[in-house]
Parts: sequence; C-alpha cells; structure tokens
Amino acid sequence: MSTISIDEVKKLAKLSAIKVEDDEIDGLRQELENILQYVDKLKDINVEGVEPTIQVSRQQNVFREDVVKDQNTQDELLKNVPEVQSGYIKVPKVL
Amino acid sequence: MTNILKKEWGKIADLASAINAGETSAVANVKESLRLIDEAKEYNAVLHLTKTRALDRAKKIDELVKSSKSAGRLAGVPFIAKDNYLTFDTETTAASNILAGFKAPYQATVIEKLEAEGAIMVAKANLDSFAHGGSTENSDFDPTKNAVDPARVPGGSSGGSATAVALGLAPFALGSDTGGSIRQPASFSGIVGLKPSYGSVSRYGVVAMASSTDCMGPMTANTEDAALIYDVIAGQDTKDSTTTPRKDNNYTKLSDSKLKIGVIKEHMSDGINKEVRSSISEAVDKLKTDGHEVTEISIPELEYSLACYYIIIPAEISSNLARYDGIRFGFSNRKDQDLEGLFNTTRAIGFNSENKRRIMIGNYVLSSGYYDAYYKRAQKVRTLLIKGFEKALEQVDVLVGPVTPNTAFKIGEKFNDPVAMYLEDLLTVGVSLAGLPAISVPVSSAEGLPVGMQITGKYLDDKTVLSAAKTVQDLYA
Repeated sequence: MSTISIDEVKKLAKLSAIKVEDDEIDGLRQELENILQYVDKLKDINVEGVEPTIQVSRQQNVFREDVVKDQNTQDELLKNVPEVQSGYIKVPKVL
Repeated sequence: MTNILKKEWGKIADLASAINAGETSAVANVKESLRLIDEAKEYNAVLHLTKTRALDRAKKIDELVKSSKSAGRLAGVPFIAKDNYLTFDTETTAASNILAGFKAPYQATVIEKLEAEGAIMVAKANLDSFAHGGSTENSDFDPTKNAVDPARVPGGSSGGSATAVALGLAPFALGSDTGGSIRQPASFSGIVGLKPSYGSVSRYGVVAMASSTDCMGPMTANTEDAALIYDVIAGQDTKDSTTTPRKDNNYTKLSDSKLKIGVIKEHMSDGINKEVRSSISEAVDKLKTDGHEVTEISIPELEYSLACYYIIIPAEISSNLARYDGIRFGFSNRKDQDLEGLFNTTRAIGFNSENKRRIMIGNYVLSSGYYDAYYKRAQKVRTLLIKGFEKALEQVDVLVGPVTPNTAFKIGEKFNDPVAMYLEDLLTVGVSLAGLPAISVPVSSAEGLPVGMQITGKYLDDKTVLSAAKTVQDLYA
C-alpha cells in the first residue's frame, strides 16, 4: 500500500509551484494517498519485456518546410501579458 | 426552473441547404440560437456569447447567398464551442480562474475549418476547469445542469456542450475528450458524442489537458450530424504534428452493411448498474434481430485501464499546466513579491482543488524514485491494453457496451470524493489510452435517465463507428 507523508506533500507542492497552506496539507495528503492506493492496482500486472507506449498516432518523423508565415503581431501577443514595458514582458525581481 | 421547450433544429445538412437556397437566413438562425441561450440561462450551459462576430458573419453569409454563391456545407449553422477552444471575439477561460479574461490571439484549427464551411459560433460552453472532471461541477464558474433533470449533473467535462445540444440551444456543439469527456456527457444527456481516432482531428488551439489522449469532436442531436461535422473537421494539420492523413474522403456516406459486433464482457459485469446493463442488452438484442453477428469478447487488460489512466494523464497535466505561471498571460498575483512567490501564489489562487490534485499526482509519478514504479509501468500497461483492443478488433468490426457505469448522478453527490468521481470514467478511459474512435449513441432510458451505448472501432475507422451508431439510432426510430 502506498503511503504519502506530510513532508512529501510539502515537497510536491514545491515541485508543482503551488503554495499550500498548513491547514490544507493533511486533507491533501489523504486525497493523494487515496488516489495512489487506487493506482497501486498496476503492481498486479506482469509487464516484463513490454515496451512502453510513447504515442498512439502511429506517426513517425513528421516534417514540414521551415518557412516564415505571418501570424500574430507582437502587439497582439502582448495584449494578454500581465505587465509589459517597452515591448518586453516584465517580471518581478528574481533575487 | 423554467421548463423550456427543446428546440428541434432538424438535420444540419438540411439547415445549410435551406440557407444556400435562400429559404431561411443565417441572421435568423443566429438570433434564434441567442434567444434560446438566453432563455436557458438557469442551466448555466454557456459561459460567454460571441454575439457581435456571430451576427456579422451571419450577415455576410446571407449576402453571399443573395449573390448566388454557395456559403458552404454548414452555411448559417450556429454552434457552441467548449470554452477550451481558442476563439475570437470572446474570452477563452477553460472555465478556470487562472485564464479569466484571456482573449485568444488566434483560433483553433477546428474553429477555422468550421467557419470556412459557413458555420457560425454563437457561444462558449461551460466545462470542468481545464477539462478535469466528469460532472462540470469543477468549473470555476458554477456547475451546468442536466437537460433532462436539472437536479443532476450533465456529465463532463464537456457538460455545457452536452446540455446545450440536449436543449437545442444550437444544432451542434464541440467537445473535447481526454478520457470520456465527450462520450460520458453525451450519454448522461441523451445526445450523440463522437470521440474521433486520436490524431484524426487537430488539437491546435485547444487548451491542452493530456496531449497523448486529447481528442476534439462533435456533440450532436443525431449520428448524421456527427458524421457531417467530423467530415468537416478531420484531416492532417501542419500545426499539430500528431495529426494523421484522412483515411476516407467522405465520412458522411455511412454504410448499412451487416456488422460483426463484440460485446465487451468486462463492461457488462456486476459492477455496472443493472438498469444500464439492461438498456444495453436490449440494444444488443435489437442488433441481433436486425441480422448483425454478435459475440461476447473479453479484454482482460481493461481491468487496469483506469489505474493506468490516472497515472499517465496527471503526468501530462502537470507538464501542460506548468505554463500557467502568471508571467505571459492569465491571472497574475502581483503583490510585492519575488518571482518564485508570484509563481506559487498565482497557481495557488488560480487553480482549483481538482487541478492541484492532478498536478501534484502528476509530479509525484514523474519524480525521481517513483518514475519507474508508476509512470513507466503505466506506459507498459498501456501497450498491453492497446494489444488487448487490437486482438479483440481482429475478430469484430466494432466493440459495444455502456458508456458509463451509472446514469447521471445528483449535483453534489460525488463532489467530495475524487476517487468515486474517477470511477465514473471506468468504461471510457481504455479507449482513450488506445487512441481508438468511439461514440456514444442514445438507447432506452433507465429509470427516466438517458443511457448511451459506446461503440468502439479500429484505429482511424471512424466511419464504421459512425455507421454502427446510425444503425443503432435507426433501430430506435
């Protein structure tokens, strides 16, 4: 049976870049554990020598010509950006 | 709840012919659709309208017809797109707070193809946010109600689209299906929903959930309409390199030849609601009487499909949802903090509980130490599942069974139990992992609630799936 600890939940939250409040952690831990216990079922099936599936469209090496096409202008694409300065996307200070 | 009359639009091909012949106007169709949407507001099927663009396009189509030109195979036919399709003249939110206010700078390939044939988008439909769910209760903008019983869920994640079509708010709607999100709401709402073969319809311009199973497809009042819309939207797209060349140049020419049909044994087991099973058995009997060869087929690997799905799909979700960082688009929590703080709080506020659960499960199964035990193992089980389907489909033309283990449940009934909600996907996820075409077509109701039969076919043999669905539809006519 898979179990998941409080520390693992905290680590997962960090990996997921999602701030989790202290009072949310235990509920989340229980929910994640329930899901993991369900998917543990896969441990019952023998997969020795089986290749993993990477994709199902049965397509290989789809190429196209590398040509420039007009699509969106810089202005159009910057319209959805939360903060713009002189045509650049602005981010808060990193350090 | 006002009891609104279900609008019958008739066949889409006839609607377009009437427009092209100048008998009806596109403007009248659009106005009628907008009026119905307004009347059905309480169902919360629709999130946004595209009134201005719709009326402009309708006027242009009417002018085109007046100058004796054909306005296309879908001339003046209104439709509603699930709000994860990128479209002009309105927001595209995927029913998530993190995308509230987002205005797409380009449109999905599917929308472009429909517009090129004269179809007119009038509104965007509600969904479980980012298509995470099977009830539309996970929408950040309130649940949608079931068209047959408003106390119940319409299914999901394409629940808004399902209710819209079931009420006749437009002649058709677009859905997206990652693990059952077109088929299950179609089943719960008594309409037709086609999940095409993976890669036969472009995913370009649709908010990604799980890229290896996401499929775009029509939700319609009948199988002929589903075939027509599929015929318009299918085809290779240079903007989506997983798309495949068309296998057939006309999907509307359905066959009425007798089929070899396999009833999936595992999908008719005791775990499936008895009433649902009896509706399906009745349909199977009708098919037998109609001269089709019916056998029972076992696909033992199906037992593992749901567990496999709930590893692979969260893994892909965690990757696809990494782009919502509050920097380039969407909601951004800019309150005096550093970059990392902005990421973490933007995502904490912008995503809902189900989004977060899936992202975290995905990161868990992909993280070092667990990757081999979960993700890689699941991809191997997926190979076995694909082989299981292939073996079964060597013996028959199509596989049949129920779409869902139960009929539509009450709003709130499963909301606080994620695993119970996931179990609703039991019968649809296997097909998704294998990339096969499948449809939900209505059969007899169970205790007054709609039941859909799931018909699954060989990869890229969407035509046989549509033909079989039409056969079933005609047996109930």
